[in-house]
Amino acid sequence: MPDHTFRVNGEQVTVDVADDVRLLWVLRDILGITGPKYGCGINVCKACTSHLNGEAFNPCAVPVGDLGPDDEITTIEGLPATVGRDLHPMQRAWLDHDVAQCGYCQPGQIMAAVALVRRVQSEGRAVTDADLDSLRNICRCGTYPRIRAAISAAATDG
Amino acid sequence: MGDAIARRRFLGYVLAAPTLVAAAELGRTRAAAAVQRPPAPAQLPSPEITEIVDLNDMMTVAAAPTANLISVEVHADGSVSFALPRAEVGQGVTTSTAMLIAEELGVPIERVRVTLADARPELVFNQLTGGSNTTFSTYTPVRVAAAVARTRLLDAAAADFSVPAARITLDGGTVSTPGRNGVDIGKLAAKASSARVENVAVELRERESFTVIGTPRSRIDALEAVTGQKKFALDLHIPNALPTMVCRPPTVNGEVGSVANAAEVRAMPGITDVAQISTGVAVRGETFGQCIDAVSALRVSWRPGTAEGKSDDDVREELRAAELPLVPKPPLTDTVDETFTFYFRSNSALEPNCAIADVRADRAEIWSSLKSPIVAKQTIAARLGLPQRAVTVHVTEGGGSFGRKLFFDGALEAAEASQRFGKPVRLMWHRADDSRQGRTHPMATSRVRISYKGDTVLRYDQRHTSVSTDLGHGLGEIITATAARLPVGDIGFAETFFQLSQTMSYDFGFNSRLLSETDKGFNTGSMRNVYSPDVTCARELMVDELATRMDRDPYELRRAFLRDDRSRKALEKVAEAGDWGRPMPHGLAQGIAFHAEYKAVSACLVELDCRRETVERPIRNAVAGPRVTKVVFAVDVGLAVNPRGLEAQMMSCINDGIALALTSSLHLRDGHFLEASWDNYFYTRQWNTPPEVRIIVLPDSSDEPGGAGELGVAASVSAVACAYRRATGTLPTSFPINHATLSFEPKPTVPPVPQSPTDGRDHAW
Repeated sequence: MPDHTFRVNGEQVTVDVADDVRLLWVLRDILGITGPKYGCGINVCKACTSHLNGEAFNPCAVPVGDLGPDDEITTIEGLPATVGRDLHPMQRAWLDHDVAQCGYCQPGQIMAAVALVRRVQSEGRAVTDADLDSLRNICRCGTYPRIRAAISAAATDG
Repeated sequence: MGDAIARRRFLGYVLAAPTLVAAAELGRTRAAAAVQRPPAPAQLPSPEITEIVDLNDMMTVAAAPTANLISVEVHADGSVSFALPRAEVGQGVTTSTAMLIAEELGVPIERVRVTLADARPELVFNQLTGGSNTTFSTYTPVRVAAAVARTRLLDAAAADFSVPAARITLDGGTVSTPGRNGVDIGKLAAKASSARVENVAVELRERESFTVIGTPRSRIDALEAVTGQKKFALDLHIPNALPTMVCRPPTVNGEVGSVANAAEVRAMPGITDVAQISTGVAVRGETFGQCIDAVSALRVSWRPGTAEGKSDDDVREELRAAELPLVPKPPLTDTVDETFTFYFRSNSALEPNCAIADVRADRAEIWSSLKSPIVAKQTIAARLGLPQRAVTVHVTEGGGSFGRKLFFDGALEAAEASQRFGKPVRLMWHRADDSRQGRTHPMATSRVRISYKGDTVLRYDQRHTSVSTDLGHGLGEIITATAARLPVGDIGFAETFFQLSQTMSYDFGFNSRLLSETDKGFNTGSMRNVYSPDVTCARELMVDELATRMDRDPYELRRAFLRDDRSRKALEKVAEAGDWGRPMPHGLAQGIAFHAEYKAVSACLVELDCRRETVERPIRNAVAGPRVTKVVFAVDVGLAVNPRGLEAQMMSCINDGIALALTSSLHLRDGHFLEASWDNYFYTRQWNTPPEVRIIVLPDSSDEPGGAGELGVAASVSAVACAYRRATGTLPTSFPINHATLSFEPKPTVPPVPQSPTDGRDHAW
């Protein structure tokens, strides 16, 4: 089987697995990185949302063969290190608003929220209701109102 | 006053252990209170069984004879631990339990570690998480155990300090007396222990002195949740427990005929095992991705299932045939009379059905989120042919439940697959499996007839007819074992459940409600709030209809007919805070509804935008539909242990209610459900959640907590339905409102799971 080399949370990794195995399973089943969750496997629920070179993406829809040595994957486990702190400001906002209920979707929610705020700030504007409406991550516990409040707070404070 | 103290006095135990282990009997003290409640006088205008005894009482009564213990342990490092015999699935019971212990013991909540107990068969009925009963049934026993610990620590310190225990205080985890340095409880844990089991009489703290209970607290597992460290069943590292999936039939509960290419599939990359099990063909491999490939490659001939050939309309006909008749309407009265249809709904959580199983020749070990772990353990032992004591069942943190985890479908399959393979397995249902073969809220109809004359309502009759709800997860056993001791007569347990969970909150003269069930061919279960979302939605819509006929305001009519002040306060609060009756543009309307259950009351006011430009707003792969723009929700659970957690539960219930009213259902076609994805089953998403939500926790009205985890669904779905009626001028009679329009392209049933996309990089943003 072919070797695949890429970077995860600041470290280079090499895995020996078929090209077409989706990255979600490489992370979870081979590398033991379980922050990204399975919720659908077809890029719909967004529970596995992580970052690829700083952009939000869903590892359930990326074959590991599509990654190269320069590709940097950030999962929820590696998010704080991207800002050099114990917790990313978005995680702090999540704690301040006691957002999580069961918590299963929350790593994906936070990773999507970070990307949303980054994008909105790069456009030099504030987060709107329409921005929040555009998030597709499912929360079956229905924590949506607290997610909205936490993102708005993090965007303002951060 | 003497009574008040007596009500706070209980007997607990200290157990024989090298460190302090304080214990209490789960259920017993509460049960005594519950059965001694005087029966309601017969002359009440609408005698309500739920005023005498409700589902919570029944579950608590059921626990009484088990006389088994829960224990609070104080460790040498000053930490306190407690294994909760309930499931945590997001509802916050580990946090509220830690609060009870922190309060009664006098330690900071950060020192209290609450874990989930393994299946404990000796608890018999007392390890079932359901009926929003956890806080209600554990409120006193958990505090008694913590109070025993406090008492023992004070006694140990008294001996140490050589002063009377009355002069010693325990606060913030430190024991102190005037003139001496404080001592951490960890240092006293061994001294306070006992070499034998002893009775300890304790007096619980006075309500007025609470500093933890009743204050808003964040979840104790919040940090783990936001850092990805919280471990669910699939995240556990059990050696050699490789990914395992099941190739499932194309119709509900279809069976395997034959497998044409098992050897070929076994030779696929990464695949280690392929074997037929009772629900399909199990495959085990290095990654779940390879399991999906294997499931897709299997060529299986299938035998018919248990709903073969049936579609929504066929079930609708079955329900029509099974509906119990109403008595003739009273002469010379007017009536409002309507039948409402509620289609199948999925209680799939985001964490799919899953479990780890390690079955050996002489023993088995299971890890799964289970709300009925004792029944799971017994059933798994029987399936494996092992003695019950050889099966260990660990209860893991759950990624949502909504009633789904009352059952243990994944755990049973994992055990079977592990036994067949002779290897440990980490079994997961695909989302498509979870949606198509998983448990559902049964399709139902509810007919309501209200008879009135002038301003007087003479009688209210409701006939609820439903596809059978499977209660085979332990609640059935509780009801069977206790029903004879409760004043409900000789009726089956579904009817008992129905009667004990429903209440008639309005003084509408004589009232009757009956449940009739039909068709056991579907995988059903008690979805969050069980019968109430449908029963209450039908009732509340007809209350609005009655108000129109009587030319009265829907809020004023409810207020006038609600049976007690506590209920009226909740309704009045949402009307006031939500500015009931404010003028709104054409196509927008408010809706208001009320629901009481679990010894709690709730009222909901929503504003709904049904304007065409809103309903038809474009959203990729989704239904938009009417938008709830604002929700005001008032709740009184008696005593709110954790108001922040209570708000979270109501928020959750509101989003459930919106989905049930407007968007989420399963479509049954030709023996199978069409939905196979979160973009098919339209649970509320950000674009349909209300931008403005205000939850009002009303002042405590009792010394004891009621139930909350499911409470808010019924009022929410009802308020949305009522708002829809007022906004559109049309009484909706089938739910969800968009069910008639199929808003997605159904995925194939063979293979049963869709392949993962490969274009993820193109969609990075």
